[in-house]
Amino acid sequence: MIEAQGLTRSFGRRRAVTQLDLCVRPGEIVGLLGPNGAGKTTSVRMLAGLLAPDAGFARIGGHDVQRRPQAARCALGYLPEGAPLYGEMSVLAFLLFVARARGLRRAVLEQRLQELVHALELEPLLARTVATLSKGQRRRVALAQAVLHDPPALILDEPGDGLDAGQQAGVRALLRRLARDRAILVCTQQLEEVPRLCDRVAILAYGRLVAEDTPAGLAARSRYRGAVSFQAPAAGPVRAALGLLPEVDTVETDGVSGRITVLPKPGRELLPRVQALLASYHVLPRALELEGGRIEDVFRSLTAAPGGEDAP
Amino acid sequence: MSGLRAVLLRELYAGLVTPLAWMFLVVFVLLAGLCTFVLGDFFARGQADLTAFFDFVPWLLLVLVPAAGMRQWAEERQAGTLELLLALPVTPLAALLGKYLAALLYVALALALTFPLWLTVNALGHPDNGAILAAYLGSLLLGAALLAVATCASLSTRSAPVAYVLALALGLLYLLPGTPQVQRALAAALPAALPPAVARFSMLVHFQAIQRGVLDFPDLAFFLLTIAAWLMASLLLLRRQAGAP
Repeated sequence: MIEAQGLTRSFGRRRAVTQLDLCVRPGEIVGLLGPNGAGKTTSVRMLAGLLAPDAGFARIGGHDVQRRPQAARCALGYLPEGAPLYGEMSVLAFLLFVARARGLRRAVLEQRLQELVHALELEPLLARTVATLSKGQRRRVALAQAVLHDPPALILDEPGDGLDAGQQAGVRALLRRLARDRAILVCTQQLEEVPRLCDRVAILAYGRLVAEDTPAGLAARSRYRGAVSFQAPAAGPVRAALGLLPEVDTVETDGVSGRITVLPKPGRELLPRVQALLASYHVLPRALELEGGRIEDVFRSLTAAPGGEDAP
Repeated sequence: MSGLRAVLLRELYAGLVTPLAWMFLVVFVLLAGLCTFVLGDFFARGQADLTAFFDFVPWLLLVLVPAAGMRQWAEERQAGTLELLLALPVTPLAALLGKYLAALLYVALALALTFPLWLTVNALGHPDNGAILAAYLGSLLLGAALLAVATCASLSTRSAPVAYVLALALGLLYLLPGTPQVQRALAAALPAALPPAVARFSMLVHFQAIQRGVLDFPDLAFFLLTIAAWLMASLLLLRRQAGAP
């Protein structure tokens, strides 16, 4: 379990994180989202025991990270921001160093290495020097060191950054498998990954937790929930007619794809009316879709500055 | 202790594959030979001893030990690997000692690689090998003390060059008060009791006492306490960086 209660931290006169309460239970993956400067890294560093909070406390696997740091670190697998590694070491030597520092027995280490080499496709990298690896390869090695000791809790800062689609799917599958009996906190800016990876999402803005919900619950708060989108050639007249429907709030057209999205007024159902209108205009829509909501939209509205600009 | 061993082995591994560590050894041995045979007038002295070498050792160590110590922590911070290291269940003390001992082994190796000088004086005459051994021990203690200073300097900045300059400046402060020139200047400017008191804080004075072949407790205690004090200060800095309140 990963727990934070009332975590607060300032740097000089600037309050970076204020009263953060968060709980990640075994069996779930929680995504920690927020724009740059929202306090994600400060929160993660406090949770990992790398930064002392001014107030509040954090626990990893039931161990207070300030009072029992060694026990907490034993229970935690941590992937720091940017996946820093020792460039002069070979991948195998680096993983052996981590295993030695964590006091892993040889038999356990061999079994874990075998699993991770397979799951993260590390076999061709083991003899290579870390400095010669690509960004994605480094990320996989960094992920391997985080899960090498099979910890009950994982904190991963941007685990999918720099990976191609196939590797991201591999990492996602590995994390889902690990999450069966582990608590995993994933710090990410890749919003499209959130519904596929996370069971729950926590959004930080200006150092405060502004939302905590399931991806579906969060998407349901979006003004795009119940929106109807489609593509249609020469849809100028029908677009104007859609805007006049009493159920319609806004009609948007994507400048690149030309896809039309019709947003409903709160609580109104659009699909039958839109279909009927399209039929009356003899327009045959392509890829007509009823949207469940967009997390990106909710994220933007929750993290926007009061003046309308994005948070710093 | 598994943490200390892991960090020690990692640092030794990094030293083996890093050209800078080999450069450090080669430069030290070349300078030792140059200082002994050219600047120290070894053959002109007509004595089968290593005084010509050990007279230069403090200044060689002053220049080279900060180079061995500057990267220890400053580069970890700059590369972000400090966060990785401190997230492992390695206590700050174990991490500090692991890195310090690895660097000290390099200093010891550098001193050991000057053994051809010892072979030379033994081939040329009958030197007092006990005094030479004591001087080597003194050199190692001096190197260990300067390394402790360099460790603290390395922990106080994320720039290795800044750490080097800082360690060099602090090392100079520890050595210069023991030189005759500075002692004379201090004697002219300060009351009579003060210059000897200042000299007692000079590593050079205690090194020279050991170099003469006499292992006195005050000299050994001075080096051990200096090492302990700087490592303690380093530990406090590291604990702050490791998230201690």
